[in-house]
Amino acid sequence: MATEPIDMEIAGTCVSEFGSAIGMPQLCGEWFGNQIFWLVVALVAIYFILSRVALPRIGSVLAERQGTITNDIAAAEDLKVKATEAEAQYDKALIDARAEAHRIITDAKADIQADLDQAIAVADADIAAKAAESEKAIAEIREGAKKNVEEVAKDTAQAIIAALGGSADATTVSAAVDARMKG
Amino acid sequence: MAAEAHGEEAGGLVFHPMDQFIVEPFFGDGAVSWYTITNATVWMALAVLAVFALLVLGTSKRSVVPGRMQSVAELAYGFIYKMVEDICGKEGVKYFPYIMTLFMFIVFANFLGLLPMAFTPTSHIAVTALMAFAVFFGVTILGFVKNGASFLSLFWVSSAPLPLRPILALIEIISYFVRPVSHSIRLAGNMMAGHAVIKVFAGFAAIAAIAPLSIVAITAMYGLEILVSFIQAYVFTILTCVYLKDALHPHH
Repeated sequence: MATEPIDMEIAGTCVSEFGSAIGMPQLCGEWFGNQIFWLVVALVAIYFILSRVALPRIGSVLAERQGTITNDIAAAEDLKVKATEAEAQYDKALIDARAEAHRIITDAKADIQADLDQAIAVADADIAAKAAESEKAIAEIREGAKKNVEEVAKDTAQAIIAALGGSADATTVSAAVDARMKG
Repeated sequence: MAAEAHGEEAGGLVFHPMDQFIVEPFFGDGAVSWYTITNATVWMALAVLAVFALLVLGTSKRSVVPGRMQSVAELAYGFIYKMVEDICGKEGVKYFPYIMTLFMFIVFANFLGLLPMAFTPTSHIAVTALMAFAVFFGVTILGFVKNGASFLSLFWVSSAPLPLRPILALIEIISYFVRPVSHSIRLAGNMMAGHAVIKVFAGFAAIAAIAPLSIVAITAMYGLEILVSFIQAYVFTILTCVYLKDALHPHH
């Protein structure tokens, strides 16, 4: 700035003839007017830039952002509520399905049990009938066997008497055998 | 900057740390009158352009999901908006554009001033004093318009014991009138001091043995200055908010 020789015009009470400051340049009254004038111009310019353009714009951008954020949060809240509802519905459906399945199983079990009981009863009856029949058959066979034993005993007794040289009439022998068999 | 031009006068080591603050015409030479386009004008204009680029061009897409520039613009907006709202309450939000104007100008003037060969408008007391007095008068007038004579209760500490109150009132009044002075000198002083110190270290770099140390020191100071640039803009803004709060709610 001061590399070339200084005009004596500038060199006044504040600047020496070599171009360096005399004292503090801040206190040089000659320059106050200039600085104050241009400062006022600069501040007024900044004030108008800010108040007319910059601040309303930034304010609106911030407000818009705040609005967007608020809306998004509300939307998210909505979706969350919906999701919760859907989950509740799903849970309910699941519980219903479980109950239904349980009911079906119980019914099926009851049916099966009834069928089973019936089948068992029929089988029992069958078995009982068959057992009775068999009992009867056994009784008959036993009766038959007894009679046969009687006859064999009577025949044998007559044969033995005959062999011993005695004679016995059939009635006496059978009565004796009967009495002995009862005894 | 001017140091190289006349190094002969002090035999090598020359310190002109204040030369960077000289206001001079940007186009050609001549006297500096109030309307001359000077280096101060140019760097203020660059700050205005930077504000425009960040807050207007950066947000031109108005995207709901912001890009990098828009994020920074929104961050700045949110930062100052929250500060105004927290300190001044809901009624203070009306004055948010004014406070935002001050913050954006100071922060960009500070940061642009850190570029090599740059001029820092905020290192000049004329600039910071104008802003501080604008805040001071604005806030004082606002206080009287909003609260009438009861604005004066700001100086009457009703929670203190009665005998102490006149003394406290005197202290409060003095501190009230000192506000614009401290408000402006704090910013200008910080900016000026940092830049001057960097320049002094740069002057030492002419000695080869010290040059590496000097460069390390410049780097460290530069980092500190980046911090200071933001913090001073923040401090100026938050104090403005505090003063505005006093005007809106003067009762302790």
